[in-house]
Amino acid sequence: MHTVAFPNKILPYLLVAPQIILTVVFFFWPASQAIYQSTLREDPFGLKSGFVGLANFSAVLADPNYLSSLQVTVIFSILTALVSMGVALLLATAADRVVRGQTLYRTLLIWPYAVAPAVAGMLWLFMFNPAMGTLAYLLRRNGFGWDPLLNGDQAMALIVVAAAWKQISYNFLFFVAGLQAIPRSLIEAASIDGARGARRFWTIVFPLLAPTTFFLLVVNTVYAFFDTFGIIHAVTGGGPAKATETLVYKVYNDGFVNLNLGSSAAQSVILMIIVIALTAFQFRFVEKRVHYG
Amino acid sequence: MARIVLNDVRKTYGTVEAIKGVSLDIADGELIVLVGPSGCGKSTLLRMIAGLEGITGGTISIGDRVVNDLEPSERDIAMVFQNYALYPHMTVRQNLAYGLKNRNTPKPEIDRRIAEAAKALEIEPFLERKPRQLSGGQRQRVAMGRAIVREPAAYLFDEPLSNLDAKLRVQMRVEIKRLQRSLATTSVYVTHDQMEAMTLADRLVVLNGGHIEQVGTPIELYEKPATTFVATFIGSPSMNLLATPAPGAGWVLSGATHLPAGVATLGIRPEDLHLAEEGRDDAFRADVKVAAVELVGAESYVHGTLPDGTPIVFRVAGRSRIAMDDTMTIGAAASGLHFFDQEGARLA
Ligand SMILES: Nc1ncnc2c1ncn2[C@@H]1O[C@H](COP(=O)(O)OP(=O)(O)OP(=O)(O)O)[C@@H](O)[C@H]1O
Ligand SMILES: [Mg+2]
Repeated sequence: MHTVAFPNKILPYLLVAPQIILTVVFFFWPASQAIYQSTLREDPFGLKSGFVGLANFSAVLADPNYLSSLQVTVIFSILTALVSMGVALLLATAADRVVRGQTLYRTLLIWPYAVAPAVAGMLWLFMFNPAMGTLAYLLRRNGFGWDPLLNGDQAMALIVVAAAWKQISYNFLFFVAGLQAIPRSLIEAASIDGARGARRFWTIVFPLLAPTTFFLLVVNTVYAFFDTFGIIHAVTGGGPAKATETLVYKVYNDGFVNLNLGSSAAQSVILMIIVIALTAFQFRFVEKRVHYG
Repeated sequence: MARIVLNDVRKTYGTVEAIKGVSLDIADGELIVLVGPSGCGKSTLLRMIAGLEGITGGTISIGDRVVNDLEPSERDIAMVFQNYALYPHMTVRQNLAYGLKNRNTPKPEIDRRIAEAAKALEIEPFLERKPRQLSGGQRQRVAMGRAIVREPAAYLFDEPLSNLDAKLRVQMRVEIKRLQRSLATTSVYVTHDQMEAMTLADRLVVLNGGHIEQVGTPIELYEKPATTFVATFIGSPSMNLLATPAPGAGWVLSGATHLPAGVATLGIRPEDLHLAEEGRDDAFRADVKVAAVELVGAESYVHGTLPDGTPIVFRVAGRSRIAMDDTMTIGAAASGLHFFDQEGARLA
């Protein structure tokens, strides 16, 4: 590590100040507020609140609703990550064949691949909208009871697809880059060694993509955990019967709808711990595992 | 064991003709070296034999089977790549076993072949290591091992030694030659290093701009280069080429030696030139002014110019006392003269 000596003692602090201020205002302050709130409980009329220690936490963790929400979140995250990464990988292998070894001009060809899923996702949502969607109508006419407003599994499928499509473009670009980084001669050696198609993919390409896949897995999980509030709010509102109420959505529901601030704050503190753990996990692993060669 | 026959093989990339009709008959068990300057199409030709590159025209057959439309894996060949192309996520053992497993070779047979190859290449201590834990030379051996365990009909090498240091390169060169002899498997070896080509080859193929200039044993190519291109490409320092006829150039042919009809270029290797002595009957004589002297161990190469300014190089044995700006007369015997016509083709 190279150290730089600044002639001026104040300049370095001025340079990092904007970053520090942003972090304090938008992270430390709300975070400390959340921690503070999580130790308080309001009386039923919301007139005064008192210190209750960790009682909010034990209440939350003992709440069957919370545990089922945790389960919903895990299922939702796994499915979202699988769908978005699976589709992205499929598209990326197709694109890799086109762009491999080509110039920048050819690389630009991948942009349609990257944008298409976003458009497709929008259309998908329209088509499956139970009130006005063409496909929803077709499904129902053919005797398939399509009603995500009543059926929890269908609601889950709908938000998984809605959440996954947004990530496909991002994952796609990373997978294409990862595929392009695999030396061509390795693929050629494998083809001489008698490995083709699926076999070559699973024994050579996929293992070499492991660092990319792992990185994307963490990114997608974090996304599904924390960044899908808008989608759930717009598509299912956490229903039917809490079947799509993820942890983040529950924080909102309990805090802003049910006005149970203490419990909501405790839940957000738990979420904060989860995201910190995930990030630390990623840093540890990615630093260890990206080197292959 | 297989004979490889190329029949008028062509390759075009868009409008660029990379291989312009190559025909070649490689005998069973022969070690053929493709040599030529950068961009002449050596790799392209090798990759076409391997099946990694499509064939635009002509046919390639391996062991009496036309392979034009066969996948690389169906051609029964093994290839050693310049960058080794070892699978980084597998151990050395897994690297060696991979091609055999894909062909459903029984486990005991795989183990036997790996043990044999590992012994021959002295890579037994590294079998459980990953490629990144090996030195360049060790990786090179593993790459060879991966080809050997397959027991293919032919080996293809694309500059396998070019990433090694000079000393290791010479050592591996000898080893490859020895292995190829004992396995007696048809091999095609690509290199741009003419020393490597000369020492390894049973027969050399000199490529230039996508076509074959000459095919022959190293000695044939050295003694009877078919073109001026081969003449200058084989041998180091390369052959002197003098334009003829050149009145006033400062060189003469004497005695019974005459320029053949149609000659445009006279070629003489530096090692065939010597300092002229009284009483020695030289077919070729020239006056030279010395520009530089290059001492390379047991001999020196003198760089000089003829009176008309044409550069010429000649060899003198031992440490000579020749100094810059000396003038002297040099000569060559009739057997050391090569004649080429206007197109650069050898005369007689
Ligand atoms: N994919 C390609 N597209 C267009 N031209 C190509 C392609 N591959 C090779 N060429 C051209 O074909 C010619 C032969 O290339 P090749 O790689 O066979 O040369 P080489 O003899 O192996 O050279 P080197 O000693 O530098 O490896 C070159 O002029 C090269 O530019
Ligand atoms: Mg090459």
